[in-house]
Amino acid sequence: MHRIKPVSLFLGGFLVFLALGTALAAGGDAVATQVPPAAASSGLPWWAWPLILFVVTFALGIVAVLGGVGGGVLFVPIVGGFFPFHLDFVRGAGLLVALAGALAAGPGLLRSGMANLRLALPLAVIASASAIVGAMMGLALPTHIVQTALGLTILGIVVLMWLAKKSEFPEVPQADSLSSALRIHGIYFDVASGKEIDWRVHRTLQGMILFIVIGIMAGMFGLGAGWANVPVLNLLMGAPLKVSVSTSKFMLSIVDTSAAWVYLNQGAVLAMIAVPSILGIMLGSLVGVGLLKKTKASVVRRIVIIMLLLAGLRALLKGLGIWN
Amino acid sequence: MAASPTNKEYATSEQLAYAQVLDWGMKIGFVMVVCTFALYVLGVVPPHIPVEQLPQYWSMPVNKYLQAANVHTGWSWLGLIGKGDFMNFLGIAFLSAVTIGCYLRILPMLIRGGDKIFSFIAILEVLVLVLAASGVLVAGH
Repeated sequence: MHRIKPVSLFLGGFLVFLALGTALAAGGDAVATQVPPAAASSGLPWWAWPLILFVVTFALGIVAVLGGVGGGVLFVPIVGGFFPFHLDFVRGAGLLVALAGALAAGPGLLRSGMANLRLALPLAVIASASAIVGAMMGLALPTHIVQTALGLTILGIVVLMWLAKKSEFPEVPQADSLSSALRIHGIYFDVASGKEIDWRVHRTLQGMILFIVIGIMAGMFGLGAGWANVPVLNLLMGAPLKVSVSTSKFMLSIVDTSAAWVYLNQGAVLAMIAVPSILGIMLGSLVGVGLLKKTKASVVRRIVIIMLLLAGLRALLKGLGIWN
Repeated sequence: MAASPTNKEYATSEQLAYAQVLDWGMKIGFVMVVCTFALYVLGVVPPHIPVEQLPQYWSMPVNKYLQAANVHTGWSWLGLIGKGDFMNFLGIAFLSAVTIGCYLRILPMLIRGGDKIFSFIAILEVLVLVLAASGVLVAGH
């Protein structure tokens, strides 16, 4: 007899959810265009969507931890594509989801020395200023353009996740003059190898330039930006993988703060969407950490890539007006 | 067997100070978010937008929502803080302000240590975050 693996069940459940969510959300949209918005509720009671949102974000929180991605990158395309909420509110909630995760993880990462303040601060100031620009662009551009760009970005992330290699301890023959001037270097204790790892970085200027783009995208799409931070810190600048992942997570607490303020002050935050999402992702992440040792990371990562592929296609087709 | 090194050996004093403010701010913020949401969703504090009417608004672009719900941009939400839905903004705004507090905590340490470049970066970051929080930046579809 064949045993059904939990990951297969999850993927099957996700696909069923996509079909149901699309049908229900599309039903709501169709009504909304014909009658006053009072009827635009897909026939469900008001509390049903926040409840479904909590359940889905709880599951996303588990998958995000197991798949090694931030919650925001899963949250925005999936909730934006399959729930009846406008993308403005989804992006606002997405930023708060990413911010909450980063705030919760930040103290531990800093105390352990895995996240490095001297590496984060110069890059964060650039990315957070850019995130403000991105947030304003996202709120100013027509929704279908943002939706289309979101779809393309998510599909780009899928390619990046599929192809990008990671380097545990990149070789940095010599620190560049900028990182030397800023004294960006550090030392941490690697539990896996039982050794102290001394690290430094190079190509700092190129990294700073890329963080302008990363900040704009983070603010515009409300995605968080770990998917972009880590390759730049690790592959381009040569920070060890653990330092890159930790510093990236911590940096989100700074970068997403600036964009979150713009969304909050522009009214693009609805408590009934944002708070269940934050709580769902946080609780899911706690469960995910508990499951981390029992699951095969490579399988979960493939599921995350498939989920992002479907959500990215949905966002793209929605933006192009092909699949509303 | 060599003793495991403690975290403090690998984190600078600025980093530990930053982490301490972040830790406390995060915890206080989350408690505020959970409490205010409970008051809202349980109907203890009446909201500005009745919950059963929310589906009318959440599918609108933000500019139409602002008009329809008679909500204004910037810090005008403070005027609605007595309403259950906008009371939630207290916790959300607090969480969004924690980072500013962290920078203000380490700034004197950086200045005392003569770290001019990072003092400048910290001041710049505070200015960026205060600008974002000020509500003077206006965007809309």
